[in-house]
Amino acid sequence: MHFSIYRYNPETDKKPYMQEYDLDTEANNCHMVLDALLAIKNTLDDTLTLRRSCREGVCGSDGMNINGKNGLACTTHLSTLSGPIVIRPLPGLPVVRDLVVDMSQFYKQYEKVKPYLQNSDPLPAKERLQSPEERAKLDGLYECILCACCTSSCPSFWWNPEKFVGPAGLLQAYRFVADSRDTATTERLADLTDPFSLFRCRGIMNCVDVCPKGLNPTKAINQLKELMLEEAV
Amino acid sequence: MVKSVLGVNHQGLTDWLIQRVSAVVMVFYSIGLLAYLVMNSPMDYTNWHLLFSHGWMKLATILFFLCLLFHAWIGMWTIFTDYIKPFLLRFVLQVLVFLSLVGFFFASLLILWGV
Repeated sequence: MHFSIYRYNPETDKKPYMQEYDLDTEANNCHMVLDALLAIKNTLDDTLTLRRSCREGVCGSDGMNINGKNGLACTTHLSTLSGPIVIRPLPGLPVVRDLVVDMSQFYKQYEKVKPYLQNSDPLPAKERLQSPEERAKLDGLYECILCACCTSSCPSFWWNPEKFVGPAGLLQAYRFVADSRDTATTERLADLTDPFSLFRCRGIMNCVDVCPKGLNPTKAINQLKELMLEEAV
Repeated sequence: MVKSVLGVNHQGLTDWLIQRVSAVVMVFYSIGLLAYLVMNSPMDYTNWHLLFSHGWMKLATILFFLCLLFHAWIGMWTIFTDYIKPFLLRFVLQVLVFLSLVGFFFASLLILWGV
């Protein structure tokens, strides 16, 4: 199988370039894109740099752009792709080296939505209980692994990375707004009513298209808008 | 109540709401006008003149242009803040678009007035 992989080492390269590799994926027992990348690194070129950890779609380390679409290398099956396979780092984030990007801006936006429970009620003796129905509201929200596939596929984030929270952050914002144990809903909504943080989302749904966990940030964003409207009128 | 709940900086919510409401108004006006044109075809000058000589039609048309003005301004502001990063260039373009939109609105008022 033929691979075309984005290479850039800021210490030695003046500008990024695409490097071609031919790999016998059957002989190397490769099923997923990550298997192939590691086989290339182990047998053809040990300077190829990438992040990976759990290799089963749980940690979110190996988000990258595969044949033009963001996804996790470890959960993307080679048989679903037509060659040559073009692999680039996640778009819209600064490249540290090869397929490794600087996620600082992504985490800063995540931090902005205060992704933790806030509750001003007195502490209960044991724990804050939830009914099964209240807990069910968090399904489709809590599963996010922060791989940044969605946010780095969003043009609004590309043009305004300092101001627009991005789909991953907004999904988490709604995750805590929807949580029955959180009492800071009004403040959370108020923090997002400026023209950029939330409303720069124009609903093009790239985030939904690429999410490797099958989540729907656009739906969460629309629910935030509806709740804001209810609070305002 | 609105301001106490959401603070003073809720421009994003207001803009979003204006765009949605203005879009709905424009859809109703456009469908209405289209239906009138289809039902009264072939359209001649007399019919056209008669339609716009009604007070309610003038009012509806003014409302339509007002919605178009706000809708276009919010849309253009969004596009400029996305794509034009140099402040001076963006400011000049925004002023030009704003003045054009206001100009178009007053021109449409004058035209309606003349019917």
